[in-house]
Amino acid sequence: MTAIEAPMNLSAAPRRKSLAISPAKVALIVYFVLLMLPIYWMLTMSLRTNADILTSFAFYPERPTLGNYIKIFTDQSWYSGYINSIIYVTLNTGVSLLVAIPAAYAFSRYRFLGDKHLFFWLLTNRMAPPAVFLLPFFQLYSTVNLIDTHIAVALAHSLFNVPLAVWILEGFMSGVPKEIDETAYIDGYSFPRFFLRIFIPNIASGIGVTAFFCFMFSWVELLLARTLTTTVAKPIAAVMTRTVSATGLDWGLLAAAGVLTIVPGALVIWFVRNYMAKGFAMGRV
Amino acid sequence: MDKPVNQKAWFMVLPVLLLVAFSAIIPLMTVVNYSVQDIFGPNERVFVGTEWFLDVLTSQRIHDALWRQFLFSGLVLLIEIPLGVMIALAMPKKGWGVSVSLVLLALPLLIPWNVIGTIWIIFTRPDIGLLGHTLQALDIAFDHTGSPLHAWITLMAMEVWHWTPLVALLAYAGLKAIPDAFYQAARIDGASRWAVFRYVQLPKMRGVLTIAVLLRFMDSFLIYAEPFVLTGGGPGNSTTFLSIYLVKIAVGQFDLGPAAAFSIIYFLIVLLFSWLFYQVLQNVGRGERT
Repeated sequence: MTAIEAPMNLSAAPRRKSLAISPAKVALIVYFVLLMLPIYWMLTMSLRTNADILTSFAFYPERPTLGNYIKIFTDQSWYSGYINSIIYVTLNTGVSLLVAIPAAYAFSRYRFLGDKHLFFWLLTNRMAPPAVFLLPFFQLYSTVNLIDTHIAVALAHSLFNVPLAVWILEGFMSGVPKEIDETAYIDGYSFPRFFLRIFIPNIASGIGVTAFFCFMFSWVELLLARTLTTTVAKPIAAVMTRTVSATGLDWGLLAAAGVLTIVPGALVIWFVRNYMAKGFAMGRV
Repeated sequence: MDKPVNQKAWFMVLPVLLLVAFSAIIPLMTVVNYSVQDIFGPNERVFVGTEWFLDVLTSQRIHDALWRQFLFSGLVLLIEIPLGVMIALAMPKKGWGVSVSLVLLALPLLIPWNVIGTIWIIFTRPDIGLLGHTLQALDIAFDHTGSPLHAWITLMAMEVWHWTPLVALLAYAGLKAIPDAFYQAARIDGASRWAVFRYVQLPKMRGVLTIAVLLRFMDSFLIYAEPFVLTGGGPGNSTTFLSIYLVKIAVGQFDLGPAAAFSIIYFLIVLLFSWLFYQVLQNVGRGERT
């Protein structure tokens, strides 16, 4: 009996309407509600004044106000934090992709002396505790006069993002049949032309997914970003900790700053969502 | 797949090598340098050999932090991997639900780590937090700043909330990559739901699950910002994990030598375990596939 019934539960069965409510779907919806609840709570806090938050408990803002956001957008010490974060994250994503794409191609297409060791060694840098690099980084970047610049943070973050980018891209590139390379050479393409015109478009979704991961890990990191910057290039996450401790705890303002740190990420997800689905579907990430 | 040998491929790897050398090898050499010296000032340093290493290896506080860290990472893997796989199995396969699920899952991953801590402070405080207030209303005494157990529960809840989506996304990618032909074959063989999972889906997910386990182990073992914001390592030392303690020694007390020796041992432990996981997961289930 299960012989016929069970496989019907699989995705391929066409008779099942997607509107049917199965226990798994209910569980999934409950999970998503739980997932969004803490974020929702911060959002409601950000729309209330601090006095309101401390005096009354409410599940939604009864007198919503944008005051907290206005304060952040009009105070240079607040909004410059966002600009700084965006600059070094973009810089890091660009640099990581630029160096990782050729390397990933080499790893996916050729064997060469020490390739396996090199690949594993690259990965070990992804495993290095950032706390370990705190002091050496500070000294190194002081020596080359890069402290408190966006470049310093972008370079420091490439420590874990470049290995990750090589890793992910290698997976995607290995999924592209080698026949594509060979056909192109027979058609008389030179290597650079083949690479830019044929190969890169073929792994566009892979590059999208990689950029997403680089953005993500650089955007969320705080320890190194905070250590390597003092004023000019200070990331928003660090501005949050400092400003809050200086003015006492203004929960509404803190929540608004937190909500604004989610916005760039949400935008990036929104733009890569189709790539992401397609990219993840290519497997082997 | 047989790849041709081509030593010129080194030129394509060179930029990565130079960049990582600058941001990894030079700092790592500095750490090694510190770890064998006692540093009094900019130009006053004495070679002390393995003294710092012996200090670190015999330090009770570091032992405690290490066991705490293993417990934490173990719990993280035990909860997040099965949960992530279950979520991936329950996710819609096509239609608008896919995009919505993916976007919702990815959202917690893109929040800066200290903001994660902030979210959970706001969420769990008894006076202003939804969870804290609800627990109080239900008359459940819960205080993550006073009770070590409650601090751990809150941290685990935060960690599972934060990172299970990554496992789910990776597992979902693995599931999507399975061709329909496999399911059709399973149907012809009359395989049960469990058999399909055990013999079709799970083996096919091995690659992505390897990555998920490795990433989750590494990142949970290196955790710093979230517990630092949420509990500050307390109450007492109950949530002082390795990174928190390391930063305390290196920046708080400025004990460069012990901090450097600690760093090296810390790094080696992560390396060893990542390698072990990698080997085990590569070999598990290898013989079953035909």
